Amino acid sequence: MNPALQALITIIVGVGGCVGYFYLSNQFLDKVLFVPRGKNAGRNINRANMIRPWLFLLPALLALGLYLAYPVVETLRLSLTERVTRPDGTTIYNWVGLDNYRQMMAEPKFWEALRNNAMWLLVVPALATAFGLLAAQLTDRLKWGNIAKSLIFMPMAISFVGAAVIFKLIYDMRPVDQEQIGVLNALYLYFGGTEPKAWLTVPLWNNFFLMAVLVWIQTGFAMVILSAALRGIPEETIEAAIVDGANPFQVFFKIKVPQIKGTIMVVWTTITIVVLKVFDIVFAMTNGQWGTQVLANYMYDKLFRANDWGVGSASAMVIMLLVTPILVWNVRNARKEMK
Amino acid sequence: MDIAGKKSSLTWAVHISVLLLVALWLFPTLGLLVSSFRTADQISTSGWWASMFPTQQNLTLRAGAPELQVFEDGLYVIEGALFEPDSGKEISRWGISSRAYDAYAPGEIVPLNKGGEITLGAGGQYRMSNAEPFTGSRGQRIFVTVTSPPEFTLRNYQNVLFDPSNREGMAKAFLNTLTVTIPATIIPILIAAFAAYALAWMEFPGRALLIAAIVGLLVVPLQLALIPLLKLHNEIGIGKGYLGAWLAHTGFGLPLAIYLLRNYMVGLPRDIIENARVDGATEFQIFTKIILPLSFPALASFAIFQFLWTWNDLLVALVFLIDSTGETTVMTKQIVELLGTRGGNWEILATSAFVSIAVPLLVFFAMQKYLVRGLLAGSVK
Repeated sequence: MNPALQALITIIVGVGGCVGYFYLSNQFLDKVLFVPRGKNAGRNINRANMIRPWLFLLPALLALGLYLAYPVVETLRLSLTERVTRPDGTTIYNWVGLDNYRQMMAEPKFWEALRNNAMWLLVVPALATAFGLLAAQLTDRLKWGNIAKSLIFMPMAISFVGAAVIFKLIYDMRPVDQEQIGVLNALYLYFGGTEPKAWLTVPLWNNFFLMAVLVWIQTGFAMVILSAALRGIPEETIEAAIVDGANPFQVFFKIKVPQIKGTIMVVWTTITIVVLKVFDIVFAMTNGQWGTQVLANYMYDKLFRANDWGVGSASAMVIMLLVTPILVWNVRNARKEMK
Repeated sequence: MDIAGKKSSLTWAVHISVLLLVALWLFPTLGLLVSSFRTADQISTSGWWASMFPTQQNLTLRAGAPELQVFEDGLYVIEGALFEPDSGKEISRWGISSRAYDAYAPGEIVPLNKGGEITLGAGGQYRMSNAEPFTGSRGQRIFVTVTSPPEFTLRNYQNVLFDPSNREGMAKAFLNTLTVTIPATIIPILIAAFAAYALAWMEFPGRALLIAAIVGLLVVPLQLALIPLLKLHNEIGIGKGYLGAWLAHTGFGLPLAIYLLRNYMVGLPRDIIENARVDGATEFQIFTKIILPLSFPALASFAIFQFLWTWNDLLVALVFLIDSTGETTVMTKQIVELLGTRGGNWEILATSAFVSIAVPLLVFFAMQKYLVRGLLAGSVK
């Protein structure tokens, strides 16, 4: 079937199905199951109102349960088993305890990925937040600030893969006797470098060249959130500081930043989560070669190249483990806010 | 900063720093955009930043072959032009041997080694004449130092998008991406809107717990879902394909959708809803007639997020969509493949990448307002 047609049918079936489900299930509740008339009217209304929220929630809960909650449990189980294909073609999963984790820890590539992820976690959120804060503060009172902001924000719309191509062009290398077409090498030679470098293969440093891509993308996000937070600071606190003779830097660091600390934390943790999941950039630019492996790409390698579901799931659990503190923190904050 | 008329000297510094920052952030994308309008030759001989200025090149060209000669006024003549007319190229020096490639100025009349003479104009028109017929099979070599004006072409786009014989073209991948994106954007909105309404305006036991769970699910890495769901899809017979991708995108988009929409709906005025309830409207009517229209900004915010995310996605497509035939490949995957096979062909890479970037950029600039609102509402406070 033509995919476009299939998509159209999916939209009709999906949307129609959802609307139909919600409409009919509500009708069923009101017209058949608990009719709000007759001698039990009051009781029936109450009963219907007890059930109705769950009618509204059911599709979402099913999808969330099946697509997010169940996989967490299943991945945990898979990480503790070994997949064996028996001679008759069936697949069984043997319980192997922590063997997958042990095997993973014996691999240098895993430790490389963990080390790189640690560097990413230190560098990317810090730089993106710092640049974002800088951009937010500088553009705040500017007439053309909104244009500037929207241009800095723009990379947000660009895919990681697109950004990978963009930065590969920047890092491009041509032989020494040819004109350099990558900006980085052109600048490097202009400022006295002796010969062009293949930047993505320079050990350790290449990690930072990959991180630059994510910083470039995430700065806009940080800027937008922090800019709103800066606007929310009560004017009086700033005026009072200026009257007391504080210079602009003091106003910024001593008055403004402390007041938006909470928002900075939110931005920081949000970017941290993006970093933990980062896959496309490494996959498209180096595929983990030259010492640039990260956990998400390591996992993909294990699952789909080595076809090792046990170790792959184990490394996915490591990512989950790293996300968990932020998850707990977010949930606690959300609950505090609801009270 | 400048209160009471005290113009700070910082103002200029601020303008300049912002300008630099913007330039730094714009520069990479601009490089790709400019490169996509240049020919392979241009890209490999000069950096894209030089493309705005005229370039000087040394070229070796050939005049027309002897078989083109005509006999006029007692002379054998070969006439022609080295460049297309109106190409804007200008020759500053030229020569007829590689040792003296810049020996002559345009317009000079120069004797040829094998008899006769040649002259070359600055625009590339040449005229060779000889009393004897020209012999041999190839034309006279001419060395030129030529200045070309900036030149851009749409040929890359034609090649990548509209050439049906190009198996690496983006046309099909573009349609596939669109096919993935639209259902994967619309369906979660609908499911989430109902759930968000229940979580915002209906009282029931366990509500707080559910909201907390959704906040938790917001950050669950999608990596965990890959294998279990692929296994599931294979077991229930969906396998790899659009249906699986749509379902996966719906599932992964839901937490953010519910969270955003609930936050927005909670802020709607209580009076409207309670008045409607008093007037005897059913919950279903309240939802469709009042809540949905009022929530339009939040719906738009999420729609943009989900659109950008599904359009730009690589991982879900790799795992749930693209089978071994590659019929359902999406643009991101196609570009990754080109990075492998056409790593040095920047005219193809840049154009392909820009084709995939263009649509999100359009959406971004058209609907930035909603995107910003959504971000502000969506970051867990």
